Amino acid sequence: MHGGLATPAPLRAPAGPAPADKPLLRFITCGSVDDGKSTLIGRLLYDADLAPDDLLAALERDSKKHGTQGDDLDFALLVDGLAAEREQGITIDVAYRYFATEKRKFIVADTPGHVQYTRNMATGASTAELAVLLVDARKGLLDQTRRHSVIVSMLGVRHVVVAVNKMDLVSYSQETFAAIERDFRAFAEHLRFLTIAVIPLVAKDGDNLVHASKMMDWYSGPPLLAYLENVAADDNARVLPFRFPVQWVNRPSHDFRGFSGFIAGGNVKPGDIVRILPSGRDTTIARIVTYDGDLAHAVAGQSVTLTLTEEIDISRGDMLASPVSPAKIGDRLSAKLLWLVREPLAVEKSYLLKLGTRTTPAFVKQVSSHIKIETGLAEPLDDPSVTLAFNEIGEAELWLDSAIACDLYEDNRETGGFILIDRVTNETVAVGMVQRSAWTERSARNGVEASYASMEGVPPPELLRQTPLRSLIKSLSWRVPGSLVTFGVAYLFTQDSKIAAAITGAEIVSKIALYYVHEQLWARFGIGLEKSEQPRDDTGL
Amino acid sequence: MNALAAKPLGHLDRLEAESIHILREVVAECERPVMLYSIGKDSAVMLHIAMKAFYPSKPPFPLLHVDTTWKFREMIAFRDRRAAETGMELIVYTNPEGVAMNIDPTVHGSQLHTQIMKTDALKQALDKWKFDAAFGGARRDEEKSRAKERVLSFRNAQHRWDPKAQRPEFWRLYNARKGPGESLRVFPLSNWTEADVWDYIAREGIDVVPLYFAKERPVVNRDGMLIMVDDDRLKLRPGETIENRMVRFRTLGCYPLTGAIDSAAATLEEIIAEMRASRSSERQGRLIDHDGSSSMEQKKQEGYF
Repeated sequence: MHGGLATPAPLRAPAGPAPADKPLLRFITCGSVDDGKSTLIGRLLYDADLAPDDLLAALERDSKKHGTQGDDLDFALLVDGLAAEREQGITIDVAYRYFATEKRKFIVADTPGHVQYTRNMATGASTAELAVLLVDARKGLLDQTRRHSVIVSMLGVRHVVVAVNKMDLVSYSQETFAAIERDFRAFAEHLRFLTIAVIPLVAKDGDNLVHASKMMDWYSGPPLLAYLENVAADDNARVLPFRFPVQWVNRPSHDFRGFSGFIAGGNVKPGDIVRILPSGRDTTIARIVTYDGDLAHAVAGQSVTLTLTEEIDISRGDMLASPVSPAKIGDRLSAKLLWLVREPLAVEKSYLLKLGTRTTPAFVKQVSSHIKIETGLAEPLDDPSVTLAFNEIGEAELWLDSAIACDLYEDNRETGGFILIDRVTNETVAVGMVQRSAWTERSARNGVEASYASMEGVPPPELLRQTPLRSLIKSLSWRVPGSLVTFGVAYLFTQDSKIAAAITGAEIVSKIALYYVHEQLWARFGIGLEKSEQPRDDTGL
Repeated sequence: MNALAAKPLGHLDRLEAESIHILREVVAECERPVMLYSIGKDSAVMLHIAMKAFYPSKPPFPLLHVDTTWKFREMIAFRDRRAAETGMELIVYTNPEGVAMNIDPTVHGSQLHTQIMKTDALKQALDKWKFDAAFGGARRDEEKSRAKERVLSFRNAQHRWDPKAQRPEFWRLYNARKGPGESLRVFPLSNWTEADVWDYIAREGIDVVPLYFAKERPVVNRDGMLIMVDDDRLKLRPGETIENRMVRFRTLGCYPLTGAIDSAAATLEEIIAEMRASRSSERQGRLIDHDGSSSMEQKKQEGYF
C-alpha cells in the first residue's frame, strides 16, 4: 500500500500565484440529510484534481468497505471523517476543507443535514460568506432545507447558491428544475439574500461541478466551481465604525500598560479619540504596538495592542469604540435566539451571556415569538409559558445583570452576536443576534423608571449612584434661586426688607433640612420602582 | 510611516490574527495554560505567534515537551536552543513507567509505543502540573478526524474526547468554561494548511529543525518507508542495509516511525515548490495514522493530542 511512498510522485503543475496572495472565500454546504453534500465536496476536490493520491488510495479501500455506491467510488468518504459517520453514511459534524484553485482560496465548512445536528450546521454558517444549499431534485424544498435557509440568513450569510442535485434521477428535467427555482425564490423573498444562484447538477457524476454538464444544455449558467471562483465576496468590516473589545490587559512592567484585542470593526491610528465603553469616558490612542514594530494604522481583522495617552483603568470586557458612532450600551436586549440543546430554554433562569470579550449573567424574560421554518417569518406568542425547544428559533427579551456595549447584529457580526452558556453544565445552549438594545434605569433617584432605548453610547447619568454629598449640593443649588424668589415675594407683601430677609433665612435653613431628609427617606422605599432582579455587583460601571 | 497597514490584509495576516486571538482568549479565561511544543514546523509557527500575541509581555505559560526518548537527536538540540533563545520555561516530561518497561517502537509496535509514551505521558504531565488548557499545533487539513475538531476541544476528567458532543463555536466566541478536573485542548492553527505554514515560515524567517531540509542521511528501507538511522538503537533486520540518500522529512515524530522522502529541496523556496507540486498528503509518512482508517479518531478519544 505504502510501497510508493519513498519514491517521488509525478509532479503536478503548480497552481497559479502563491496561495497567500489569493482572495479567500469561506462558504458552507448545507441542506437536508442525503441530499449529497459530502459527495459534492468530495467530487469537487476529485474533479479539480485537488485530492492527494494517498487519500484517493484510502478512498478506494474505504469505498469497498463502507461505500454506498456499489463498485463506484463513494466520494462522501473523502470528507466524512468520524467512524460513526462512515458507518451510518451521514455527516455528524462540520468538516472544514481547504483548497485553492488558480483564482481563489477556499475554506469550506461541510455541515450536517440531520435535524439533530443543526447546531453544528449553524457553527459553520456563523463564519461563512456564502452558502451552497443542496436540494434533492426529486424532493424539492424540504423543511430542513427551509430551516437551513432561515438559519443561514439569520446568521448574516448574504449570498446563496441553490444546488439542485440528483438531476439524473428526474431525467434532467428542466421543468422540475424551474419549479424548484420558483419555490425557492418565493420562499427566500423575506430572507434578505443579496444574490441567489440556482444550478442544476449531479454531484456523484461531477455534472456542472467543475465541468459543464453534457446532459443539461438548457442550463446556460456557469458550473458550481466557476461560479464560486467569481462571486464577489464582501469585506466591509474596515468601513464600519471602530470597535475594539479589550481581550487582555498587557502589563509586562510598571512602565507599560497596553490593551490587547482583535479589531472587530473600522480602523485606528495614534492620536484618534476613542470612547471607553460602557463607562463613556473619552481618551486618545497613543501607540499601536506589535511584535513587528509600532503601526501607523490598523484595520478590522488585525490583532494588536493599543496604548492610551492617559492612565485609565480598563479591563477585559470593556470596549474601545468610535466616539462619533459608539456602540450601544444596554442591559436589555431583544434578540433572535437559536436553541442548541435538548433541555429547553427556561425563562427567568440565570445563564451566562458572552458577547465580544464580556461575560455577564443574564436571563430570558420572555420569548416573544417563534420563527416559522416554513416561511422564515416571526409568529408572535401569547402564552408566556412557551419557550424554545431544541433547534427552535425565536425572538426573546433578555435582561442582563450589567450593561454591555454591543451593536445590532445586522451592523456588525462581531459585536452583535452572542452565546448563552449554562452555568452548571457549562454547555453553550444558545446563539443569539442582537436586534435592539436598551438601557433601563433601575436606580432609586426619581422613583420613575426611564428607558434609554438606543442611547448612542452615552451612559445615562443614573449609572452613577448619588451620594449624600451630591444631594446636599443639589439642594443648595436649588435653594439659592428659590430663596431669592421667597425674598422677593415676602418683600412685595411686607414692603420691609428686614422681615423679608428674616423669612427667607428661616425658610433656607428649614427647607434645606427638610429636602435632605425627604430625599434620603425616598431612597429607602421602593414604591413605584421595578424590582432589580439580580444583585448588582458592578455598581462601578 | 508604515506601508503594511494600507494594504488589504492577506490570507496569512488573517490566519495570524485569528491564531493570536485564540491564544489570548484562552489565556484570559483559563487558570493554567501550557503550550505543547513538539519541535516540528507547526510548533515553531505556534511559538512564533505566541511571542507576537503577548508582546511586549512574554507568553504567560510554559512549554511542555512530551519526550518519548525516540525523537531525532537534532530535534532535541533544536528544542533546547529555541527555549533558551525565547526565554520560555521548558518542561520536559517522559512517562517513567514506559522508561521502566523499556518501550521500543520497533519491538513493541507503534500502537503501544504511542499509547504509553505519548498519550499516557501527556495525560500524566497535564495532571501533574494541573494544566487546564493545552495549546497544540494540529491543523484541520492534516487528517479527517482533525477536520471535525473544534478550536477549543473539550476533554473530561479522564481526558477523553467525545466527537458527538462538541460545543458549537460561533464567530470568534469561544466557550472556555469547564468543571473541576476537565480540560481543554486548543488548536490555534486549526485553519492553517501545510502550504500556509511554509509560506508563513518563509515570510517571517522562522527557524525550523534542519531535518526538514534535504541532506545525505543514513536510511534503511523498511516496509516501504525510509527510516533514518539516528542512533544505534535501531536494529537492522535481516536483509536491511544502511544507505546514504539525499532525503528530507515532511513531518517529524519518533525517528523509527517517521518516513523520509527522497528530495533535493535544501532551501525554503525549494521545499515550498516541492510541496505545491506534490500529489501526496503530508501525514503519509506517519506510520501511526495508518493503523486503520479511524485510528486517529480512536487515539484522540483515548486522549491522544
